[in-house]
Amino acid sequence: MHALRRASVTTTIPREAAGSDGDEALAPQLLVRMHDIMVRARCLEERLIRMNKQGDGYFWIGGPGEEAFNAPLGLLVHKGQGPQFDYLHLHYRSSATLLAMGADPVDALRQMKSTASDPYSAGRNFCNHYSVRKWNVVPVSSPIEVQFSMAPGTAIANKRAGGKGITLVQGGDAGTAEGDFATCLIWCSRPGLELPCLMLVTNNRWGISTPASEQHGEKHIADRARAFGIKTAVIDGNDPETAYRELKKAMDYVRTERKPFLVEAMVSRLYGHSSASGANFVTDESDCLPLFEKKLEERKVLTRAAMDELRARTTQELLEASKRVREEPQPAGAQIWEHVFADRDLVGEGARSHGPAVPGNGAS
Amino acid sequence: MATVVQAIRLALHVGETRLGVTDIFGEDVGPPLGGVFTQSQGLDKAWNSPLDERGIVGTAIGLALAGQRPVAEIQFCDYAFNAIDLMKLAGGICWSSGGDYNCPMVLMTPVGSGIRGSLYHSHSFDGQATRLPGWKIVMPSNPLDAYGLLLSAIVDPNPVMFLTPKALLRAKAGPGERIPGEPDDDRALAKMIDAPLGDRSKWRPEWPDVKDHFVPIGKARTCREGKHVSVITYGRMVPVAMQAAGQLAGEGIQAEVIDLRSLHPVDWDAIEASVRKTNRVLFLNEDTEVTNFGEHLLRRTVETLFYELYAPPRLLAGAHVPGVGLADSLERASVPQLDQVVVAMRELAGHQA
Repeated sequence: MHALRRASVTTTIPREAAGSDGDEALAPQLLVRMHDIMVRARCLEERLIRMNKQGDGYFWIGGPGEEAFNAPLGLLVHKGQGPQFDYLHLHYRSSATLLAMGADPVDALRQMKSTASDPYSAGRNFCNHYSVRKWNVVPVSSPIEVQFSMAPGTAIANKRAGGKGITLVQGGDAGTAEGDFATCLIWCSRPGLELPCLMLVTNNRWGISTPASEQHGEKHIADRARAFGIKTAVIDGNDPETAYRELKKAMDYVRTERKPFLVEAMVSRLYGHSSASGANFVTDESDCLPLFEKKLEERKVLTRAAMDELRARTTQELLEASKRVREEPQPAGAQIWEHVFADRDLVGEGARSHGPAVPGNGAS
Repeated sequence: MATVVQAIRLALHVGETRLGVTDIFGEDVGPPLGGVFTQSQGLDKAWNSPLDERGIVGTAIGLALAGQRPVAEIQFCDYAFNAIDLMKLAGGICWSSGGDYNCPMVLMTPVGSGIRGSLYHSHSFDGQATRLPGWKIVMPSNPLDAYGLLLSAIVDPNPVMFLTPKALLRAKAGPGERIPGEPDDDRALAKMIDAPLGDRSKWRPEWPDVKDHFVPIGKARTCREGKHVSVITYGRMVPVAMQAAGQLAGEGIQAEVIDLRSLHPVDWDAIEASVRKTNRVLFLNEDTEVTNFGEHLLRRTVETLFYELYAPPRLLAGAHVPGVGLADSLERASVPQLDQVVVAMRELAGHQA
């Protein structure tokens, strides 16, 4: 474990660090499990992209390139409802985290297709905008970084509950320019009132089309947390073994010390920002999946044939699921009036009729 | 008899002792100050936050999502504008998650002019607040309603914005507006719950045994009945309208004054019944007049009650200028004044069927 401590204070990214420097090897079963989640998450995102391109969904945004970090994250979550368990303030690239927690990938297809059966938003929101109250996954929203302003609230509840539950909040690198990032650093590190909050910055070096190097002068985003006495680690987020170990270590610290920690993980963005930028595979960034598969093959944990078979089978299953989802009903227009309030379904004022809101439909 | 600010403090005390309020927080909300208007003095759950409105609203959302019962405060609504997208998120949590989550939080903020607050302590917020679907918006004009609306806001399962008219914070209760259980003598109440000047580190309030009194959200109050003209108003303009109605009574004009108390959901039934009765209506508030909440009510009146009207319905509101100027002449020119209200009501009442 000494090497891990060293990794947390190093100023260079320990690329390909896993399995070296005396790190404890992770059990083969865990490696196989992480690989399975990474493959299923990648296949899911590829299916979502395909659905969008084929007209079975209006917009795609997601997490190809973050699987090696997000899969172990989901496995390490203390999952449940209420402040004894972990709260997750995720972003729209967190599909592997959800799958690792046990989410049904078909539900992501439903959200892409805007069906009434979409359990995350009832056909209202973009794909990869999850909400799972029974697992403390708070609603993912499109505005960048707002989750960092909400995280102190759930972290206060975690601390008050007195258990092992912590708050996990995740965003990209570009979003840390928003004031909400500073909010989280300040509110989580008030002297004597430190909060059990693990901040996760998945750094893909992009903000839509703008390279981070043009906009950020700090060497590491994590350095900004150190000014508040917050412990940090800058890690290779393209290596699931490194990610698992570093996340475990950071979580253990936050769970035990009830103080904040920030992990900055260097990751890739393999299909661009979103469908708005084409959602085409990029070839000039590291792809965590073949990198990991090469290691698994070399160490004889999995055979090439077995891995190829898993990917082909998952791709086929999701293709068939997407055909079934296509037949599921869309929400009715009148359902816009549902869930405006938790205790009443109709907006009341301003709602001139209970029927579908169709302009020029004689509503007056 | 309690003032509005004492009524708020009593409601927060009831909230933290009987209704499960876990956090009362914001800038200078905790000890030693207990709020810039003294509204949170002596409360056990009150704490000071960093000077960060986005953090205040965001943390309240997080607390609410985690099953806590937060009451957060933005010190002046003039400083709430940088947190509007977080308010928008709070209002959208239940809807965007298809009913998976709800967000039971109260956001208190003082609004309006009347304390010589210059550009950035005089803003109104009703226009912005009512543009945030998913929020309930309430605004009391007297101590009893402040107490009762805040209790209702605290137990509501949705985000509720509690707008307090700054100019009325020291207003005392009128006849029939006594909070059940408060002492009869207002000096006795002040001695019990107002923090002393100077060192207050050893001070503890002595809370009176105030009783439950829930003013339902969405219910207006008829402050004065009349048959010649209706004034539909809220907040600081309620006592102004009452004064105007008193003056006009001497001229034989019987004005009806309705205090909406809730802006969303609004008590349309009360507005409609009053307009059907008087056939003449003035909407009155102090927010800037362009895209004003009163315009929305006026639109509904025209669309649904047009043939009931004996006179063109009117809106009297603040001037659409960037701020309320500090000089007395500037403030008087910016927000509706008693004489203007009297003139508008008299003119409306003069229209015959």
